Amino acid sequence: MNRGSLAKILSVSALGALALTACGQAGQGGTTSDDGRVQLTMWTHSAGNPAELEVYEQIVKDFNASQDEYEVVEESFPQGAYNDAIVAAAAADDLPCLLDMDGPIVPNWAWAGYIQPLDLPTEITDSLLPTAVGSYQDEIYSAGYWDAALGVIARRSVLEDNNIRIPTVDEPWTIDEFDDALGTLKEAGYDTPLDIGAEDAGEWWSYAYSPMLQSAGGDLIDRDTMLSAEGALNGPEAVEFFTWFQDAFAKGWTSNGGTIGNEEFNNDEVALSYTGMWNALDAVKAAGDDVLFLPPPDFGDGPKIGGASWQWGISSTCESPEGARAYLEFSFQDEYITAFSDKQVVIPATEAATAASEHFGPEGKLKPFVELSQEFAVPRPETPAYPVISSTFEKAAKDIMNGADVQSTLDGAVQEIDTNIASNDGYGF
Amino acid sequence: MTLTHTAPTERPAAGRQQSRRRRAAAGRREQRAGLTMAAPALILLLLFLVVPVLLAFGLSFTNARLISPNPPRFVGLDNFVRAFTADPTFLRSTLNTFVFAAVIVPVQAGLGLALAVLVNQKIRGVTAFRVIFFVPVVTSIVVVSILWKFMYQDDGLINSFINTVTFGAWQGTAWLNNPSTALGAIIVLSIWQAVGFHMLIWLSGLQTIPEELYEAARMDGASPWQQFTNVTWPGLRSTMVFVLVTITIAALGLFVQVDVMTQGGPVNSTTTLVYHAVRKGYREQETGYGATISLIFFVIVLVIALIQRRLTRDED
Repeated sequence: MNRGSLAKILSVSALGALALTACGQAGQGGTTSDDGRVQLTMWTHSAGNPAELEVYEQIVKDFNASQDEYEVVEESFPQGAYNDAIVAAAAADDLPCLLDMDGPIVPNWAWAGYIQPLDLPTEITDSLLPTAVGSYQDEIYSAGYWDAALGVIARRSVLEDNNIRIPTVDEPWTIDEFDDALGTLKEAGYDTPLDIGAEDAGEWWSYAYSPMLQSAGGDLIDRDTMLSAEGALNGPEAVEFFTWFQDAFAKGWTSNGGTIGNEEFNNDEVALSYTGMWNALDAVKAAGDDVLFLPPPDFGDGPKIGGASWQWGISSTCESPEGARAYLEFSFQDEYITAFSDKQVVIPATEAATAASEHFGPEGKLKPFVELSQEFAVPRPETPAYPVISSTFEKAAKDIMNGADVQSTLDGAVQEIDTNIASNDGYGF
Repeated sequence: MTLTHTAPTERPAAGRQQSRRRRAAAGRREQRAGLTMAAPALILLLLFLVVPVLLAFGLSFTNARLISPNPPRFVGLDNFVRAFTADPTFLRSTLNTFVFAAVIVPVQAGLGLALAVLVNQKIRGVTAFRVIFFVPVVTSIVVVSILWKFMYQDDGLINSFINTVTFGAWQGTAWLNNPSTALGAIIVLSIWQAVGFHMLIWLSGLQTIPEELYEAARMDGASPWQQFTNVTWPGLRSTMVFVLVTITIAALGLFVQVDVMTQGGPVNSTTTLVYHAVRKGYREQETGYGATISLIFFVIVLVIALIQRRLTRDED
């Protein structure tokens, strides 16, 4: 092949490639429906969750029937692919008007310009649980219908048989008491008395274990400046907590084997299970009235649990944000919030909806979780650096679990987080 | 005479010109056809290989991020300095990648050859063995990884097997949770999964060696081992080069097993260059730094491939 034909082939290929990319730009259709209403696209992450999807479909149907200006068109994605879909859509400038997102990612997407300030009437956002509202730099960007909560699930009979005090919200286990209890339970024949879900991966690690770190007096980042993790993630309190964490595995109090979920507790293979309320109904089914929902242990600064679940926001490229706002205002009705709670087993975000809820109302079996959420919930740091912090925290915690030196691992994690923040010019702080 | 003398000289000249023109036209037609046939592959290669490589090259000198309101900024060699001086995970990833390749290449190639020789016998039921050895290759590596993850657990199949055959004298560990065994566990699983493929390649090489050569060797009184070293091995030279290059490239690109089974842990003992690039460049959204790692990886693979080519060509 001579030089000329190579050049020809390359130019033909380049033209073809250009044509293909041009095709990618097509397909952004009109935004009006057949009867002249403005269409609002809406993406949810709940394709794998029929109970949740059912409520959304009901809300959309009711909203579309309630007025003749807008029409909401709903599209759902499986949770595993959802964030990637949003990032890809943002890169292609093709975001939907309405989108839901996990609470801790809100500051990142707000900083990136994906979403705009929510601007809902304050009577709506004020009525919600504080952890069901997502903000960045003192501006509200998202709001959700519910929150989730973690707690320790136990059997009353097991605790009483082993003379372990049953803790309360006012008087939770101190860490020494907790250690003693785990030692006693191990001697009583439980191979690993505590299940903390360490076999799971991903955001669970930050969601479940960073509150323990906060309870011990450490944190993921210095929340005053949001510029460095120095001192928060590698200070003496953090080292003390992670040493406990490492020991808990080394002593066989807990393990990272087993299956994700709460099967071990339901089969009475573990005595205590640190898990979310989404597993609580099955625990009630397995243990009946014997089941207890307890606050997590106090590592020094009082018990803490993670707050913030999935919430709704409006994209910055939305052509009719008024319509999106109208839909969200319409959707924050107590009846829908109760429906989410009943079908999905989540804590309703408003008091009225909680009172009407099947599981969390005055007669509800899962009522203790409401108190845990109100008393102990701490939001994850509201900084765009959160995805990096979370990934680094997970890696460091896993390394420590597997026996890495605590101080140097935490120092490494701090360095990684600080490097990232610096290379992003402080993420706007 | 003159006529007969001149005519032949003139006619061939005209014919040469004509046939040259014909040949040129045919050549152009051929060229056009070739172009059309090559275009689909070339367009795709350009779009998904050349353009990304060029982009990665450009991005690795910037602080580009996946999600950011700020435009990327040129940062010179900062990313490269960071990789080699301030990122112990990167250095560990490089080491792990080399260890993995250094073990996989000889063991997998050797085992593949041994299996190929075994299933090349003319005995009944040999096809069944070929199929058995090949089954893991057609199974998705994700599925294989998930299954082996269960088998490697503290109370998993492997440990209960060890326990049984040693009559309880030797207790296994939780293979993937132990920093000193995790990479080894991944190596074993990877060999098990891929060895069937290379067995098949070796087998095709074995079957190109004519039977007469073996006959002649036997008549000369060669033992089976002498037959292998003097007939089989020289006959497999080009197959050997192919197997070596493909195993090396596949081994350096280790990713799925790590992503599914250990996520680089415990304590960085299984992180690899490709895994680290994905973690940094995509999951932690530092596209620029991820591109830097990819570029370094690209250069390493290129250098190794060139060395291999050099070594195998010199012997020709």
